[in-house]
Amino acid sequence: MAKHHVSTTINGDPAEFLCDTQQTLLDCLRDELQMTGSKEGCASGDCGACSVMLNGRLVCACLVLGVEADGATIDTIEGVAQGDELHPLQKHFLDEAALQCGVCTPGFIVAAKALLEENPDPTETEVRYWLAGNLCRCTGYDKIIRAVMNAAAEMRGA
Amino acid sequence: MAKVVLPLEVARTFAAGETEHEFAARDVRELMRQLEQRFPGIRARLERGIAVAIDTEIYQDWFVEPIGPDSEVRFLPAIEGG
Amino acid sequence: MGNEENVGKIIDYSGRQFKQIGTRVVRPDGVEKVTGKANFGADFKANGMIYARTVRSPHAHAKIKKINVDKALKLKGVKAVVTGADFPEIDVNDKAVGEVVVSYYDMAHNTIARDKVYYDGHVVAAVAATSADIAEQAARLIEVEYEVLKPVMTAEAALKKNAPVLHKHLFTQGVEPKPDKPSNLAARSQFKLGDIEAGFGQADVVVERTYTTQTVHQGYIEPHACVASITADGMVNVWCSSQGQFMVRAYVAKICGIEISKVKVTPAEIGGGFGGKTVIYLEPLAVALAKKAGRPVKMVMTRDEVLRATGPTSGGSARVKLGAKRDGTIVAGDMELTYEAGAYPGSPVMLGCMTGFAPYDIKNINAVGWDVVVNRPKAAAYRAPGAPVAAFAVESAVDELAEQLGMDPLELRLKNAAVEGTQAPYGVKFGPIGYKETLEAAKNSPQWKAPLGPNQGRGIASGFWFNIGGTSSAEVMVNEDGTVIVATGNPDIGGSRASMALMAAEVLGIPYERIKPLVADTESVPYSMLTGGSRVTFATGKAVIEAAQDAVNDLRRRAAKIWDVDLEQVEWQDGQAVCIESDKHKPLTIANIAAKADKTGGAISGKANINATGAGPGFGTHICDVEVDPETGHVTVLRYTAIQDVGKAIHPSYVEGQLQGGAVQGIGWALNEEYVYSDDGRLLNTGFLDYRIPVASDLPMIDTVLVEVPNPGHPFGVRGVGETPIVPPLAAVANAVSHAIGKRCADLPLSPVRLLSIIDGK
Repeated sequence: MAKHHVSTTINGDPAEFLCDTQQTLLDCLRDELQMTGSKEGCASGDCGACSVMLNGRLVCACLVLGVEADGATIDTIEGVAQGDELHPLQKHFLDEAALQCGVCTPGFIVAAKALLEENPDPTETEVRYWLAGNLCRCTGYDKIIRAVMNAAAEMRGA
Repeated sequence: MAKVVLPLEVARTFAAGETEHEFAARDVRELMRQLEQRFPGIRARLERGIAVAIDTEIYQDWFVEPIGPDSEVRFLPAIEGG
Repeated sequence: MGNEENVGKIIDYSGRQFKQIGTRVVRPDGVEKVTGKANFGADFKANGMIYARTVRSPHAHAKIKKINVDKALKLKGVKAVVTGADFPEIDVNDKAVGEVVVSYYDMAHNTIARDKVYYDGHVVAAVAATSADIAEQAARLIEVEYEVLKPVMTAEAALKKNAPVLHKHLFTQGVEPKPDKPSNLAARSQFKLGDIEAGFGQADVVVERTYTTQTVHQGYIEPHACVASITADGMVNVWCSSQGQFMVRAYVAKICGIEISKVKVTPAEIGGGFGGKTVIYLEPLAVALAKKAGRPVKMVMTRDEVLRATGPTSGGSARVKLGAKRDGTIVAGDMELTYEAGAYPGSPVMLGCMTGFAPYDIKNINAVGWDVVVNRPKAAAYRAPGAPVAAFAVESAVDELAEQLGMDPLELRLKNAAVEGTQAPYGVKFGPIGYKETLEAAKNSPQWKAPLGPNQGRGIASGFWFNIGGTSSAEVMVNEDGTVIVATGNPDIGGSRASMALMAAEVLGIPYERIKPLVADTESVPYSMLTGGSRVTFATGKAVIEAAQDAVNDLRRRAAKIWDVDLEQVEWQDGQAVCIESDKHKPLTIANIAAKADKTGGAISGKANINATGAGPGFGTHICDVEVDPETGHVTVLRYTAIQDVGKAIHPSYVEGQLQGGAVQGIGWALNEEYVYSDDGRLLNTGFLDYRIPVASDLPMIDTVLVEVPNPGHPFGVRGVGETPIVPPLAAVANAVSHAIGKRCADLPLSPVRLLSIIDGK
């Protein structure tokens, strides 16, 4: 069967790729577009390592088909920093050691950014429940939660 | 004389169950020679996955470590980790 | 410091004020990781790369009668298929003689089955094709005919009379008389101190109980992944995430029958390991396929393959008996551990026997361990392998003993605490250790004194891990501008690059930012033992320190040449060569000297290839507060404090991170995690939905207290820290739940179903 031609916008730039029907958006990002920042941890939407924004909504790219990206707007970890200017979340993750192996970090950054865009002043509980879909095995989450809350405070100008 | 302690299973196979022995050896190489003399075949057994502790220091890869006159030398399983 | 004899000698820094050690710098590989640019195992691409999938047994125990690959080979796009027949035969007695005894025979057969399969998910064949999709289709076209055998899924079943025997060549080690029939009992081990009969004779109070745990997985978020390529003249390149590129090289060479010098392994960033990536799975398959296909091959595991077929750690049972005098002195300890090794021998039961009683000065000890094979995946190391289960039992028993004695469990531990000079259960006396200090810190912690409400309980537990040293190599290279590269051979699994740079910076006396630490491939740095055993900051750090000292001596020699003075005239202070007769010559910075490197003898560098001894053991004490919902059996962890003797925290944030991460893995082990098998041996919870590891909303902040009793075996006092944190939490949680419900919880995990049955007295 012929591949599908997908035209989409990724991190503000026009992007095109060919894909099979069953390829997920994650497969397409990683294998067709060479954007390996989003990671596959489970391919079943349980770990959040592939978190991306689809039309402004936080999704697991492994649960979205590549063809669904046609005409859509996608934001990935690769678009979070502006050139060499890191996003406050990224700075706080670094300053507060909120990563150890780093494989879950892209997913957390994208998910946390989505949270702060919706709720700039979340409580610790709100942060924990929003991020409950992002698994981390190294950190025990403590420093991640602190980094998100401190980044939120900085972004509020608090 | 240094006190030398063998692992229980090795002692059972080679030394009729007696784990504690005394040897006068300057270093581990000499100790192995003397052990092999007294208990033939023991060297090959001890060279498989066994560490040597001399007093408080554990050596995983042992060869010629010095043994003091009053040292306690213990053979124990090598430790890896995760 | 200005003395050539100092190279290789331990320079005592204790009591010295560190300039950069102990600061919370940003890790050098950090920006790549927060921007998604860092390359993990599955992120590599090679030109002309093809994709591989595995065919795995759906049976827990079966003979392979026939494998037919014809249909798969005919599929357009398929480039190669391999089965066990494509790999060299390995003698059943072929073992790696070195540290731990590793059976190459078992490892090779675990990688790909030969005549039998031993667990659901055991690899039977692998196929490479021009797309992952075609490879997947081809895998389904491979026909395997099995003769299904009865599996044994638990140690109990495996040890029953007439149980099916997994391996005809497996005769129990460590028992007399030697058995004449094979069985599933791989080995018995025993450790004794004193005389437990006499010991228990002195006891006023005795507690005895059997504790059980289930199979749990390391749970790293990154599945195993590699890319392998092989040239026509047999040169192999492997990119993979692992805990040790030299380990990968050695095992690939062995299993594929290739010389070590023909295999190059480049380490990718590693997305979690915890011991589970100290062995290999995919790499030999990828290499064999690459050879047949003449193309680079990429292999990535799916999550269900990871859970079904990669080493979890052993579940098992632990019977512990403790005796104490009225005044709380523990007089005897008896332990019997039975661990499930999985499909091949080698559970960490011996390590459980050696570590369980280690926090206590008990004169009379007996610890017996049974290593049993079952039809589950072959166990692999998981953070302090063997220790958590033994500690769960012992620390729960200590808690029960405290109840019976009417003593505070913390006071009971203080009374019996191991100190410097105490004889460990494995007979060696401890050097300087900080166990008592962790108990004192627990006593003074805000959590210990906080009040509790209804349905709430507090548990305290301690734990021990040896920590190891081992072979590490380091090169310190000074660039023309005075910046420095530090190359080592250990994958960075938790921020160790930052610690290597900090240690080099401290010795060289230059800012941390001027140092680039890198993890080199197997052809760019001498052999280094893998990342594990809590050894990297200690052993590789030691190598880095010595290499940096060696570089300093090279810099001093160059300065002496520049000034035309004797070497003894040159000291190194704060990143500068200083002439003792300072009025004659102004100090030279590392940049000054580096600029003249060509004139003074060539490039400037230092190196150290060591086998580090002097590792210091780590002790931890954890406090856990829980609330139990008596209707649903759900446990909420309200508060948690992890306290540990860390020697010297080179980078405090990453040390805290180890305590927090290990504690949370232990919480998962205690409350949720377990492998669930069907009666015929198929794993039922093959994904993160049902193999439930802790998520952010399950947990509170994990408070940490770093106690620093320097380890004299390391120039900066470093102790390994990574593994100890997973040892106390099982009992800390179980003790807390036991106190909350007023009944002893001895069977993990304390999932709601299990807890309700305990509450309801079933």
